[in-house]
Amino acid sequence: MGKSPEELYQERAKRVWDVIALKEPDRVPFLPTFTFFPVNYAGLSCEEAMYDYDKIGAAYRKALLDLEPDMFNSPYLTLAIGPLLEILDYKLIRWPGHGVAPDKTYQFVEGEYMKAEEYDDFLFDPTDYMLHTYLPRVCGTLAPFSRLPNFPMIYYTRFVAGLTPFGEPEVGEAFEVLRRAGVESQRLVGKAVAFGQEMQALGFPAQYGAFAIAPFDYIGDFFRGTRGIMVDIYRRPEKLLALLDKVTRITIQSTLRSLQATSVPVVFIPLHKGIDGFMSLEHFKTFYWGSLRQLILALIDEGLTPCVFWEGHCESRLETIRDIPKGKAMYRFEQTDFAIAKEVLGDTVCMRGNVPASLLCTGSPDEVTAYCKQLIDVAGKGGGLIIDGAIGIPDEAKPENALAMARATRQYGCYG
Amino acid sequence: MLSELIDSIAGMKEERALSLARELLEGGVDPLKVLESCREAMTIVGQRFEECTYYLPELMLAGEMLQEISQMAKPRMTKGLEVRRRGRVVIGTVQGDIHDIGKNIVTMLLDVHGFEVHDLGVDVPPQKFIDAIKAVQPEILGLSALLTVAFEPMKRTIQAITEAGLRDSLKIMIGGAPIDERIRQYSGADAYGADAMVAVELSKGWTEGHKTLA
Ligand code: B12
Repeated sequence: MGKSPEELYQERAKRVWDVIALKEPDRVPFLPTFTFFPVNYAGLSCEEAMYDYDKIGAAYRKALLDLEPDMFNSPYLTLAIGPLLEILDYKLIRWPGHGVAPDKTYQFVEGEYMKAEEYDDFLFDPTDYMLHTYLPRVCGTLAPFSRLPNFPMIYYTRFVAGLTPFGEPEVGEAFEVLRRAGVESQRLVGKAVAFGQEMQALGFPAQYGAFAIAPFDYIGDFFRGTRGIMVDIYRRPEKLLALLDKVTRITIQSTLRSLQATSVPVVFIPLHKGIDGFMSLEHFKTFYWGSLRQLILALIDEGLTPCVFWEGHCESRLETIRDIPKGKAMYRFEQTDFAIAKEVLGDTVCMRGNVPASLLCTGSPDEVTAYCKQLIDVAGKGGGLIIDGAIGIPDEAKPENALAMARATRQYGCYG
Repeated sequence: MLSELIDSIAGMKEERALSLARELLEGGVDPLKVLESCREAMTIVGQRFEECTYYLPELMLAGEMLQEISQMAKPRMTKGLEVRRRGRVVIGTVQGDIHDIGKNIVTMLLDVHGFEVHDLGVDVPPQKFIDAIKAVQPEILGLSALLTVAFEPMKRTIQAITEAGLRDSLKIMIGGAPIDERIRQYSGADAYGADAMVAVELSKGWTEGHKTLA
C-alpha cells in the first residue's frame, strides 16, 4: 500500500527538519537543486522555459515526480523571468533572444555599475541613489528616473517645482513600464503560489521561502564588480565596511518583509566572493563573515533557518563559520571535503552536497551510486547529511545519473 | 629608490608606490628601469600568491598599480620593454561562459613567469581561438570554463582546432573549478590544471628546451 500525499509530505518534512535540528532522521534526505535540468529533461529550450510559465511548471513537475526528492525548489522567481527582463530592458543579464542563443541559459554581466566615488551617495541615502543613479544605469527603460526630483524637497508650496519632472512624457513612460512590470510580476508570483500548492498536494514540501545575498556579494556582484570591491578592501576599507553595515540592515529588513507572504521559514543564501582563494582569512573575517554572520544570526533570531551555500572550496573557513547557534541552519557545500567538514562542523550544523558536476554530466549510474554510498559513509553518521549535487543537478546531467542519485540515497541512506 | 618602489608595490602601499614612480620618472630615471622594477615587484606578488599569503585583493591592486605606472612611463619611452620569453600562450574562457577571475590569475602568473600571453577574454567562440592560433602561433593553448554548459563548447573548440589542422603543434591545457581528469578526457585536452600554479608548471614543462624567444 502506497502512502497518501499528506503522509508523504509530513514524513519528508520531518526527515529534513530532523536533520537540521541534528537529530537522526529515518534516512538521509535527498534535496536535489534544479536549475535548467528539468527543462532539458523535458526537451524544452531555455527560451521556452524562461517565457512560458506553464511549460516550465510542467517540466519541473515531471522531474519532481520522477526523482521524488524530499522537498522541491520552484522555478518561477529565478528562471521564468524572460517577460520581466524584457519589460525592464535589464542590462545585468543576457538571456535567450537577447544576446544568448535560445538553447543557452541566461548570463550575468558583471560590471562596475557603482563607481568608487559613489560610496558616499549610497551611504547617505540608498533609495535616492537607487532611483537617480543605479536603476537608470541597469534598466534601459528606467533611464528617465535620473530626472526625478529630490523627494525630501517636495514639501509645502515647493511641491510645485518638485512635481514638474512627473509631467515629462519619458518619466511618465518609465512609470508606465514599472506598472506593467508590476502586473507581470504579480502574474508570475501567482503561478509560483499555484505551483507550490500543487506540489504540496502531491506531497512535496517547499525548500525555501526567500532568498538573500551576503552583503559583500551584494556589493561585489551587483555594484562594484570583482575588481572594484577587491581593491576597495585596500583603497577605502572604512567606506566598504560602512556600506556593508548598511546593506546588512537593508537585507535583513527586506528578507523579513518578503517572508510575510509565505509559510516556509527557510532562506537560501548563495555565496560568491568570500570562499577559499578569494581573500585571506583575516580579510574574510573582517569584510565577509562579519556581515554575513550578522545576517544569519538575525534570521535565526526570527525563528528562520538560513541555508547557506558555500560555493567552491571552503576548507580554510570551516573553523570560523562554525560560530553560529547549533542545529539552526543548513550549510550546503560544493567542493569542500565532507570528511573534514563533518569533523569541524558535525556538532553545529547539518551539511548538504556534494556529488560532483563532472560525474553527473559524464559519469555512469554505477559511479554515481558508489559516490553517494561513500558520501553517506563518510558524512552521514548519526544524521547531519543531506544529499544534493555539488552545484545541484547540473543542467546537462544525464537523467539516469540523477535517478541513480535518488535511488542510492534511498538504498544506502537508511538509519536504525 | 628603485628598491623602495619594489617594496611599496609588493607591500600594497599604493600611494607611496605611485608617488615614488612619479618622482623617479620626473627625476630622469630611465622609464625602462622603472618598469623593470615593477616587473620584479609583480614576481614577488606572484610568489606570495603561490604561497597563499596574497589573494585577489592583492593581485588586483598590484595589477592596478602596474597599469598606472605604465601609463606614467609610456610617454617618456623611446622603445618598448624587451623581455625574454619562454613561450607563447593563447588563453580564453570558452563560449557560453563569462567567468574570468581564475583565467585572469592564470594569465597574470604565466606572464610573471615569463610567458607571452594573449588573452582573448570571455565567451570566446571556437573560430576566434583558431584565428588567434594562426596569428600568434603559440606553443600552448589554455581554455577556462566554470560552467557545466561550457564542457561541450570546450570539446567543440578542441575539435575545431583539430579539424583546422592546428592540433599537432599545440599543447592544450584546460582549467576552472569543475574541470577534472574526466573532463580532460571528454574534451580531448592534453592536461588540466587545478590551479594557476599547475598552469605554470605545465607550460614550463612543455616549453623546456625551447630556445627563449626574443
Ligand atoms: C565568482 C563567481 C561568479 C561571478 C563571476 C565573476 C567573474 N568576473 O568571473 C559572477 C557572480 C558574475 C557569477 C555569475 C554566474 N555564475 Co558563478 N560562480 C562564481 C564562483 C563562486 C567562483 C568562481 C571563481 O572566480 N573562483 C575563483 C577563481 C580564482 O577560481 P577558478 O575560476 O576555479 O580558477 C582557478 C583554477 O580553476 C585554475 N584555472 C582557471 N582557469 C584555468 C585555465 C587553465 C588553462 C588552467 C590550467 C587552470 C585554470 O586556476 C585558477 C586560479 O588558481 C563559482 C563557484 C566555484 N566553484 O568556483 C560560481 C559558479 C561557477 N557559478 C555558477 C553559476 C550557475 C553562475 C551563473 C550562471 C548564475 C546565474 N544564473 O546568473 C552566472 C552566469 C555566468 C556565466 N554565464 O558565465 C555555478 C556553475 C554551475 C554550473 N551549471 O556549472 C558555480 C559553480 C556556482 C555553483 N556552485 O552553482 N559567478
